[in-house]
Amino acid sequence: MILINNNTKLVVQGITGSEGSFHTAQMIDYGTNVVAGVTPGKGGHTSDSGIPIFNTVQEARDKAGANTSVIFVPPPFAADAIMEAVDADLDLVICITEGIPTADMVKVHSYMAGKKTRLVGPNCPGVITPGAGKVGIMPGFIHQEGKVGVISRSGTLTYEAVHQLSERGIGQSTCIGIGGDPIIGSNFIDLLKLFNEDSGTDAVVMIGEIGGTAEEEAATWAKENFKKPIVAFIAGTTAPPGRRMGHAGAIISGGKGTASDKIAALKSAGIAVSESPAGIGELMEKVLNK
Amino acid sequence: MNIHEYQAKEIFRKYDVPVPKGGVAFSVEEALKVAKTLDSNIFVVKAQIHAGGRGKAGGVKIAKNLDDVSQHAKDILGKTLVTHQTGPAGKKVARLLIEEGIDIFRELYMGIVLDRQSGKYVFMVSTEGGMEIEKVAAETPEKIIKEWIDPGIGLQSFQARKLAYALGLEGVQVKQGLKFMFALWKAFSSSDASLVEINPLVVTGSGDVMALDAKMNFDDNALFRHPDILEFRDLSEEEPSEVEASKYNLNYIKLDGNVGCMVNGAGLAMGTMDIIKLYGGEPANFLDVGGVANPETVANGFRIIMSDRNVKAVLINIFGGIVRCDRIAQGIVQALNEVKVDIPVVVRLAGTNAKEGAQILADSNMDFIVASGLAEAAEKVTAAIKE
Repeated sequence: MILINNNTKLVVQGITGSEGSFHTAQMIDYGTNVVAGVTPGKGGHTSDSGIPIFNTVQEARDKAGANTSVIFVPPPFAADAIMEAVDADLDLVICITEGIPTADMVKVHSYMAGKKTRLVGPNCPGVITPGAGKVGIMPGFIHQEGKVGVISRSGTLTYEAVHQLSERGIGQSTCIGIGGDPIIGSNFIDLLKLFNEDSGTDAVVMIGEIGGTAEEEAATWAKENFKKPIVAFIAGTTAPPGRRMGHAGAIISGGKGTASDKIAALKSAGIAVSESPAGIGELMEKVLNK
Repeated sequence: MNIHEYQAKEIFRKYDVPVPKGGVAFSVEEALKVAKTLDSNIFVVKAQIHAGGRGKAGGVKIAKNLDDVSQHAKDILGKTLVTHQTGPAGKKVARLLIEEGIDIFRELYMGIVLDRQSGKYVFMVSTEGGMEIEKVAAETPEKIIKEWIDPGIGLQSFQARKLAYALGLEGVQVKQGLKFMFALWKAFSSSDASLVEINPLVVTGSGDVMALDAKMNFDDNALFRHPDILEFRDLSEEEPSEVEASKYNLNYIKLDGNVGCMVNGAGLAMGTMDIIKLYGGEPANFLDVGGVANPETVANGFRIIMSDRNVKAVLINIFGGIVRCDRIAQGIVQALNEVKVDIPVVVRLAGTNAKEGAQILADSNMDFIVASGLAEAAEKVTAAIKE
């Protein structure tokens, strides 16, 4: 397992909003150790789920021992929330918020350089280590404990892949939604590095989509460095160029970021690519039985 | 969001980025009126559509007198331009930009875009102005010179100087070029643009540096803080069904196929389009109904899909996470009571309460084709089309 484990002590930024409060209850239900919430101005109160609320992330860390944060703050204020969590020196920040202005994320990206905090997201479903904890909005019950890692730019397509794995009795070590925005905290390579060193992970599912070149870069890196098998799927073979396909980052621009380029790069790195989104679990089964 | 060239030039003027004198015209009379105010003896009549390649398609004409302006305006207004960016259907011209003619000494290229890999904005210039920049990037990448901008400190003088000298600017042009670049960076960063492109950027006979063309795109996520830019949105440039969908916060993109699809989540929606194609069908659209698919959104989704007459069957693919499949199923049944759908509808529900959802569909006595897996759903919907 990576990122989320039994030592995770979670603070929920935006715990009193409708999303934050709903998902806090869901995460607690799953067994996640939620130790604090942050909503400026509501410090000293407790949330609907009985979690102590603080005015700042620093207080949540100092007084409740939080080491990981999840952010449900609305888009205009989310970049600030990320930087606050980085400033408080947390180990990991997972930003669920969709719709953060790119210019704000460019600033966050620059602010984080040289800091120890790792960011996952934004615009992502979060991270789950089945059995240990879920930090995000994914349905916990589709997951099973096991040894396959999942890294994906998507939300529901990740659930689809996990569902296919679990259906075949293939459990997951940790599943990470890295987010559908053009600027994200952790990319495929960052997480492949962690899975490479994780003795609890035997293989990885990688789900990419059109836009950018993160998959190509990951393919090149994995060819030289990754010691475990990878099964990949790239969404958007049928997407027209120049259109933003739901995710802000899913756009083919200037002829770059097509699915066929990505698939070719992955294949040339020796990675097994599923042609169909329905064939991810089956292909992983084949790869594991080799 | 895209805007027209004349609108981008309005933004340029606001930030003191030099552009030719000119104005927008919606009719031949207005074109003449604008031309008369320009105090010039040569004019340019430019079609305003949201696509590049207008010149080659006959959308840009030089006029040597007011009669020519009138003639060109008459010719171009209402004309459908087909360029490499419009698709085969082309785009009808409803607006013109009338500008003074400029004495061009050199044609250059300048642009600012987001570099996703470094997480920074990149300022680019090239001496190959007037060419298709994607072509230059592919064939002679060394002819595009780049400077990465730190968002905290912005464009620095030394960077602008490097770019100016790379463009081969000389003497007084260097100072003009620097001023131009700082103004452009200000226009870009103050308006949450995702792209600005000037092709060509020109050096005039008298040594001025000027934006002959102007293209700006904006980050949709940031439009909430730019109501002035939002006003530049030209709905007539967008697909009517997409405009309609955006009113209901539905993420819909019309395509050319015949299998409609309705999916929750963007990645799964793309994956669903892909698998339709893989099984021999052609997707008619991308439609992400989002995380809060309720009866109303499902009904609106159906209305939009059914407004496309090419659609011969519909595939609904929902992976219930937080959204419960039984509620989605209720939504589908309710929607089909409101919207007339006389073509096959294949429904695939998975995840939270999928069984309960399937039961609701079965009990409704409506003609659904139920599929349990994604592959089965694709198979059934493409089979339904062939019948």
